[in-house]
Amino acid sequence: MPDMTDSQSLVDAVPTTAAGPVDPSQQREKARSLWSDAWHDLSRKPLFYISALVIVFLVVIAIWPSLIASGDPLACDLSKSQMGPTSGHPFGFDTQGCDVYTRVVYGARASVSVGMFSTLGVTVLGSLLGGLAGYFGGWWDAILSRISDIFFGIPILLGGVVFLSVIKGGSVTTVSLFMILLGWPQIARIARGAVITAKQQDYVQAARALGAGHTRLMLRHIAPNALAPVIVVATIALGTYISLEATLSYLGVGLKPPAVSWGIDISAASEQINNAPHMLLWPAGALSVTVLAFILLGDAVRDALDPKLR
Amino acid sequence: MRGAKSAKWVVGAAVVALAATACGGGGSDTKAGGSNDGVVRAWWGDPQNPLEPANTNEVQGGKVMDMIFMDLKEYDPTTGKANLAAAQSITTNDQQNFTITLKPGLKFSDGTPVTSSSFVDAWNYGALVTNKQLNSYFFADIDGYDAVHPEAANAAPTAKTMSGLKVVNDTTFTVKLKQKFSTWPDRLGYKAFAPLPKSFFTDHAGYLNKPVGDGPYEVVSYTKGSSMKLVPNPYYTGASKPKNKGVLLKVYTDSATAYADLQAGNLDVLDDIPAEDLTHVKSDMSGRYLNQPAGIIQTISFPLNQKSWNAPGMDKVRLGLSMAIDRKTITQKIFQGTRTPATDLTSPVLGASGGYDPTMAGDATTYNPTKARQLIQQGGGIPGGHMTIGYNADSGSHKQWVDAVCNSINQVLGNNKACVGAPTGTFADFRNQITKGQMTQPFRSGWQMDYPLIDDFLTPLYATSGSSNDSHYSNPQFDKLINEANAAPNPAQATSLYQQAEKLLFKDMPVIPLWYQNGEAAWSSRVSNVTENAFSYPVYTDITVNNS
Amino acid sequence: MGRYVIRRLLQMVPVFIGTTFLIFVMVYALGDPVAAMFGDRAPDPATAAQIRHDLYLDHPLPLQYLHYMGQIFTGNFGKAATGQPVTELMGTAFPVTLRLTIVAFAIEAIAGIGLGLLAGLRRGRFADSGVLAFTLLVVAIPTFVTGYLLQYFVGVKWGLANPAVADGAPFSDLILPGVVLAGVSLAYVARLTRTSVAENSRADYLRTAVAKGLPRRRVVTVHLLRNSLIPVVTFLGTDIGGLMAGAVVTERIFNIHGVGYQLYQGILRQNPPTVVGFVTILVLIFLAANLLVDLLYAVLDPRIRYA
Repeated sequence: MPDMTDSQSLVDAVPTTAAGPVDPSQQREKARSLWSDAWHDLSRKPLFYISALVIVFLVVIAIWPSLIASGDPLACDLSKSQMGPTSGHPFGFDTQGCDVYTRVVYGARASVSVGMFSTLGVTVLGSLLGGLAGYFGGWWDAILSRISDIFFGIPILLGGVVFLSVIKGGSVTTVSLFMILLGWPQIARIARGAVITAKQQDYVQAARALGAGHTRLMLRHIAPNALAPVIVVATIALGTYISLEATLSYLGVGLKPPAVSWGIDISAASEQINNAPHMLLWPAGALSVTVLAFILLGDAVRDALDPKLR
Repeated sequence: MRGAKSAKWVVGAAVVALAATACGGGGSDTKAGGSNDGVVRAWWGDPQNPLEPANTNEVQGGKVMDMIFMDLKEYDPTTGKANLAAAQSITTNDQQNFTITLKPGLKFSDGTPVTSSSFVDAWNYGALVTNKQLNSYFFADIDGYDAVHPEAANAAPTAKTMSGLKVVNDTTFTVKLKQKFSTWPDRLGYKAFAPLPKSFFTDHAGYLNKPVGDGPYEVVSYTKGSSMKLVPNPYYTGASKPKNKGVLLKVYTDSATAYADLQAGNLDVLDDIPAEDLTHVKSDMSGRYLNQPAGIIQTISFPLNQKSWNAPGMDKVRLGLSMAIDRKTITQKIFQGTRTPATDLTSPVLGASGGYDPTMAGDATTYNPTKARQLIQQGGGIPGGHMTIGYNADSGSHKQWVDAVCNSINQVLGNNKACVGAPTGTFADFRNQITKGQMTQPFRSGWQMDYPLIDDFLTPLYATSGSSNDSHYSNPQFDKLINEANAAPNPAQATSLYQQAEKLLFKDMPVIPLWYQNGEAAWSSRVSNVTENAFSYPVYTDITVNNS
Repeated sequence: MGRYVIRRLLQMVPVFIGTTFLIFVMVYALGDPVAAMFGDRAPDPATAAQIRHDLYLDHPLPLQYLHYMGQIFTGNFGKAATGQPVTELMGTAFPVTLRLTIVAFAIEAIAGIGLGLLAGLRRGRFADSGVLAFTLLVVAIPTFVTGYLLQYFVGVKWGLANPAVADGAPFSDLILPGVVLAGVSLAYVARLTRTSVAENSRADYLRTAVAKGLPRRRVVTVHLLRNSLIPVVTFLGTDIGGLMAGAVVTERIFNIHGVGYQLYQGILRQNPPTVVGFVTILVLIFLAANLLVDLLYAVLDPRIRYA
């Protein structure tokens, strides 16, 4: 049975209990659906607002980078190679003599979209397939699990070099597609495991005994309980996808020039870490903030969705 | 719970099995070959092909060939001049028939004698098509080559040996070439022309595990993919006797790792300094660092088989692009001075007498934004308004300089998207596109000389049927001058004719000369007297180990 | 139970065939490896044709695949570009990588679960945010950066360890690369454990256990941890294969001549025998690890039964 007496948010991602205990009176309000419950829960968490604000900001910057950066990320002057900050160029210059600040701002578009599209695709595809496999078991499970084994078997390097060079890609879409193609088995395995556990729970058995159909069982009873590990892995994965884009660019099969992305800049900067650490600091910092925002958002959403924690 | 219990057992057993295999795989192993006192520990990359002289066409295998073989001629490490080594004399009256006499008493490191058939058999082996030797074209000038190595794919050879090679006695043999070729004997320092011992033919697999040669060193142990230990060859009587007790070549996965190991004192000589460490290598190594010209030139090739780049007026665009590249700043900022802006299409290691001419390019390689812009406009602009420079992303950090070259062109043209880099994932894929003539845009190209002769920088690259004519350049006048040069009665005349041919390349601009690549090396305080030859190999025989 | 294992083992056969074929097609799609052997020089057609013939490259793809599979069943995995048999490469590479994997896996499992448990039990306190900051750092900094930094400081500057792994890969040399390799996975494990522990710490059975008066130690290890480990175990299981194959960067930085390095060489030189051979073995390891994970479910959660 879900424990309904505890009202404190238990899985806050950060130290502060800023959310504070929920007013017990809330519990007596009229019954709400799972999702409106979740929204109600979210709407009173400052962390949710902070992370959401950061993400909205990132999205705005990704769409209109010129709002906060007036320069051209491709205007580079080699004579300024690896110079530190000067007036008008607060982050300094990279090896090619391009302005690091402008490139970080303009890089948000490619990086955030690759990260978000890939994570979204991987999560939807992975939890759908993994969830079905875990729920139905038997042949479904066997076939889906074995297919995911095959995809697991393909080394990312080989897959990247082959897939992306054969389709002559290099755009955000192709790179994201590639990541979804090779990334879904990870989420699928996690989702499958979580569903197998949830399926055994008493309340699911009870619901089934009461005659609930497959769809209702899956969506209303199992999904909310199986979502937690999926969200955890997905939010971390978002960061790794952005870095993976860096590795792919480094291998010459990722985003193609003249694309600007944090990944491209991080891989270029990492070789120069002894010579010009500022080149690495800013794009890597932007990546960290993005990942942090998504992890916090993920934590908040997961807590809100989890009936046990309400 | 029964199920759970047995599952526990299965899991437990698997874990035990895993742990057991893990322990079995390891164990501390000490290297064969005994103590390493007085032995130079040097960086090595895994050779890409089996270690046979006629099958080794890259630097890492070439290093070993250099250490274990003595050729008829050897190139002087400092001047690059071809001096007689295993040969007592090489004579000719007509530039076509050569008589070669060996020094008496030469021996391989296994104690067997080096005779004229050691050379003749080796060359015949290298030329025969069924032996799949990558360097077989080096024997193509010898009479009878076409019979052992027909040009068409899948054609069977009609002979096993070349008719142009004749053994006279144990120390003398004759060579007949297809046509006159005055500088041919100077090619004989290339390791494809090395002699091979009997064991190569009788126990080929055994030979590949432990190659045997007649050079200053002999291989005592070879662990493929990880290390090779060499000690001085007791039978070696040549001029470059080793001044150390041996060399241990260690294969590293990455030169940055090797650099860390060099700093930590686990490695003595590193001849591939990672680009990112160039700024501080001198202070890290307290000056134990060398940076000198080597026989390597980097270029950008135009696909002249594509109409867009070969249309009338495009020669002006190609010249303009060359003048739009700020080579000086790029070599300083990207390469930290380990490249020198190119002013001809050969290499400084040839020397003026060998055909190097720093005034050859004129202003074609001088950075001049105004004139570059004018020329590109006059020629009709970049085809399609924008261009890419192709490179392979898997080695050599080409991205940095390609981006810098493009930025330089873009700045001159005032358009930040006029030129961008176009990476290809692997070298194999990149080379396939080039050799199949599928390149539609300019691409990076580089040439490392096989032997220090101007002919090697021109004929294979720009002659119409040249083996590496990647830009598909064809100029009858150029071909004619090359043929005349080959048949010239003496090397000086030949060089001058080669230079006339080279001059044509600066009119037609099939490639943009970028820079000469230098050889570099850094070494630990444990060793001294580290130098490099014109091929950018360390001269291992000269290295001495301190306090031993 | 036994039937379940047998069924799973049988399922490995189609996966094995599917994967090898897929990889074979992929390497084939990369193009002709012969051109690269000639370096910057155009291949001489006669020699190239001879090499293609010897490598069986002059046959159509399905025939090449059948030929290759036929060879495998006689124990012949073909030859690498250097002429070395692939089985010989495997013999040297797999033990080395296995040792690295064991080190990394131990670090990842022990440190990850430990940190996750700490964070989960001390939710919202300093320890929790410390773990969050740490995992964030690890995720946001690419492996090659942490690798080079650790190598430079620990190996070169402070001289605490060898910056490059010596021949034979002794365990003492593998700790540094093990830490680097375990990094990102450690973050996953810690976050997963934390979430799971946080969730389960409010479960009824735990309440019961506490109410029964069981010592805290027993409550945490037997009741809480055991029930919280399912998602973690899933992740760890799938990660074994990832660690073995994904060590390309780490192996390169620390001079480890293992599976990742050989695989990368195989890809660069487009050598099908090396790539297909190594990936085949890796897939078998994945399959075995997955089977183990599924069996572990039954150990950790008695409610799950396999028939």
